Amino acid sequence: MELKASVDYSDSPYRLDIHEGALDLLFKGWQGKQNFEDVRCKCICPPYKDNSGHIYNKNISQKDCDCLHVVDPMPVRGPDVEAYCLRCECKYEERSSVTIKVTIIIYLSILGLLLLYMVYLTLVEPILKRRLFGHSQLIQSDDDVGDHQPFANAHDVLARSRSRANVLNKVEYAQQRWKLQVQEQRKSVFDRHVVLS
Amino acid sequence: MMDFLEEPIPGVGTYDDFNTIDWVREKSRDRDRHREITNKSKESTWALIHSVSDAFSGWLLMLLIGLLSGSLAGLIDISAHWMTDLKEGICTGGLWFNHEHCCWNSEHVTFEDRDKCPEWNSWSQLIISTDEGAFAYIVNYFMYVLWALLFAFLAVSLVKVFAPYACGSGIPEIKTILSGFIIRGYLGKWTLIIKTITLVLAVSSGLSLGKEGPLVHVACCCGNILCHCFNKYRKNEAKRREVLSAAAAAGVSVAFGAPIGGVLFSLEEVSYYFPLKTLWRSFFAALVAAFTLRSINPFGNSRLVLFYVEFHTPWHLFELVPFILLGIFGGLWGALFIRTNIAWCRKRKTTQLGKYPVVEVLVVTAITAILAFPNEYTRMSTSELISELFNDCGLLDSSKLCDYENRFNTSKGGELPDRPAGVGVYSAMWQLALTLILKIIITIFTFGMKIPSGLFIPSMAVGAIAGRLLGVGMEQLAYYHHDWAIFNSWCSQGADCITPGLYAMVGAAACLGGVTRMTVSLVVIMFELTGGLEYIVPLMAAAMTSKWVADALGREGIYDAHIRLNGYPFLEAKEEFAHKTLAMDVMKPRRNDPLLTVLTQDSMTVEDVESIISETTYSGFPVVVSRESQRLVGFVLRRDLIISIENARKKQDGVVSTSVIYFTEHSPPMPPYTPPTLKLRNILDLSPFTVTDLTPMEIVVDIFRKLGLRQCLVTHNGRLLGIITKKDVLKHIAQMANQDPDSILFN
Repeated sequence: MELKASVDYSDSPYRLDIHEGALDLLFKGWQGKQNFEDVRCKCICPPYKDNSGHIYNKNISQKDCDCLHVVDPMPVRGPDVEAYCLRCECKYEERSSVTIKVTIIIYLSILGLLLLYMVYLTLVEPILKRRLFGHSQLIQSDDDVGDHQPFANAHDVLARSRSRANVLNKVEYAQQRWKLQVQEQRKSVFDRHVVLS
Repeated sequence: MMDFLEEPIPGVGTYDDFNTIDWVREKSRDRDRHREITNKSKESTWALIHSVSDAFSGWLLMLLIGLLSGSLAGLIDISAHWMTDLKEGICTGGLWFNHEHCCWNSEHVTFEDRDKCPEWNSWSQLIISTDEGAFAYIVNYFMYVLWALLFAFLAVSLVKVFAPYACGSGIPEIKTILSGFIIRGYLGKWTLIIKTITLVLAVSSGLSLGKEGPLVHVACCCGNILCHCFNKYRKNEAKRREVLSAAAAAGVSVAFGAPIGGVLFSLEEVSYYFPLKTLWRSFFAALVAAFTLRSINPFGNSRLVLFYVEFHTPWHLFELVPFILLGIFGGLWGALFIRTNIAWCRKRKTTQLGKYPVVEVLVVTAITAILAFPNEYTRMSTSELISELFNDCGLLDSSKLCDYENRFNTSKGGELPDRPAGVGVYSAMWQLALTLILKIIITIFTFGMKIPSGLFIPSMAVGAIAGRLLGVGMEQLAYYHHDWAIFNSWCSQGADCITPGLYAMVGAAACLGGVTRMTVSLVVIMFELTGGLEYIVPLMAAAMTSKWVADALGREGIYDAHIRLNGYPFLEAKEEFAHKTLAMDVMKPRRNDPLLTVLTQDSMTVEDVESIISETTYSGFPVVVSRESQRLVGFVLRRDLIISIENARKKQDGVVSTSVIYFTEHSPPMPPYTPPTLKLRNILDLSPFTVTDLTPMEIVVDIFRKLGLRQCLVTHNGRLLGIITKKDVLKHIAQMANQDPDSILFN
């Protein structure tokens, strides 16, 4: 049996070629080309006589998870097998890659939505409001306490929207009320340092 | 107390933001409601079903809280695990896998190099296609710092824009809320979403913080939000706080995989009133949460926490000495940390530092990332570090800490004798010492920043490092000097005598106890982490020693210190009031103040009352028979008065400014052609608590604590003399303890 002194990955399908773009590889990675079995029996066997240490993985049920079933091909013969197997440690492990994938996707999509909404509130909305309501009103209702306040004109819009009453304006009314609340919270926490030092 | 024949006006009986609830009123309201349902249940089948469902609604609510907390904890664990490794590289075999899961099924993992597999590409491999060399190291360094800064920036921006209440640990504020305070929005849905999302970002950015405290906040938010589905809990603030206590237990349960420890933590640290019924329900919620998390299986192999301890080697009696030393270290570190952290937080509150929260977060992250990358023990996430430190070295462990020289011929079973340390262990010791210093210093500046930050994991890390260092030292001492009397009598040569992993665990418990001053809950949490009763005595020895040492150096734990720093009106339930003052020393009005503002029971007009309300800021007024007699009738709250008068002006005919207000059962005799009178008896509390002016203050403080009062009236010879509010009691306690009584802010 030949001993490998160092691991050579040159024939691995996952080695990166210079001309294979990173984007291409990321796309392949997203597909999950490798066949992921979520159950394994992992046996770690230390060096024995002239055999180097080795790690064996096999997709096998829990009752078959021992050295004799997993270590294949057996590097020693005959009576040495028992001695070799006594040193090996075998452990049964399982995981759910689907759960991991779904959770990460859910998390990243919520994070992405929040980031988009944040960009909209801090950058896009003031520009839109300025175009609709004129430059002067925005300056009047801006409380200047250091950083830019995204919800500065909430009072204005609240007063205006109280007169109309359809669904879209109800949503806008709720949104403006929420913005006022957040502004109050921001004042207590960041400016006056009253709550949450 | 409340007249049920009249419809209650909406708004009466609710509370303003930043006010304390009236526990007595809420509890009696719940008893009235329950009595009404029980009486009605005899009338029809529908009413019977209604009463049964009302009884079961509590259990259903606990079930929902457990499910939601467990799922959110699973989401946080999996995402944090993935994003932490994102700083170092990416898995091309499946983008959503972190390092460990990426190499899970790989066939190219070797015995010597168990961490590397071709599917996992570090950033230098992706960018410059190689992992060796100085340039690759610099690229990795740069990407690490960049990702850390990006995560921290996203976290603090999201907190600032959407939910400023989501920052910090949350436990001091939850303690205050559970004692009766109201902070609107603190447990709302936006705070929940932002706290969950930014907690993952904060943990992944490599900062020295944990996620256990914020998980309690997340669980309490779940509890509060789910309360809105049930009428019984939505309308009653006292019942809601029972649910929040149970939710806090569920939060700790999923953080540590310790349901019993969670319940005890809620009982000892977080809750103010904890009736026995809540005990059973909290346990149910904690179990459901732990079970949900287990079925999500974030770490594989049905482990709930990353740092599970799996060894069961025995300990020896002489080892109690180093364990007590670890306890002393934990107490010293706890006292030092509390003092320095509070000083830094006070600086943040009062100076210019507090005006630049985003910049502060970015600077601390940059410093942490730049200092953390070179040392492998600071580069890995703190949970992984603790897991490695708790690990007992077996023959097949390949980490540097387990690089012992194996000078034996046979290995009997799994038991390894004490071995001399190899080169790897010595270099690991140096690196761990540097890690210890870095973590001690940087955590002081990290806890309290404007991102979700917890304290449990950094404290446990500090303790685990100290414990492991001491453990390895003891182990080598036992090996090289096995002929000393101590070791000779307890350790036989060739046997496994000292387990450094156990020292790490005891150290972690000691440091955590020193900072938070937890006692029973700490020992139970650690015991549930190890899964056995063997190590209870060392854990208790260390926990008790650390609490005594820390208490000798500083009076309060970190959460109580933060409550005092923020000036929340929290009446400490554990301390004795040891001074001999009387009620008349504390009551208002004081000697030179104007007389007590009272309302008479039937001789004031609407105009008089409105002017009193606008001129003063008191939250309530006593009602007396007449100004001459000053005999007490009851107590009425300001908010209820405002709402009732406004409602009466709008809805009742003829009520004008000269209408007389009466609190008696029947209207007083009025001359003809006067406007109709206004009856406000239904908002009057006919049973206010009174003490005489010579009552000792220790009894008064006890009454306030046990009943949850907001104010107490003081009488002399049956006549109303003055009033004591909770704020007055807090100021008095602070004055007696020689602190600044003006630091109590809220009314």
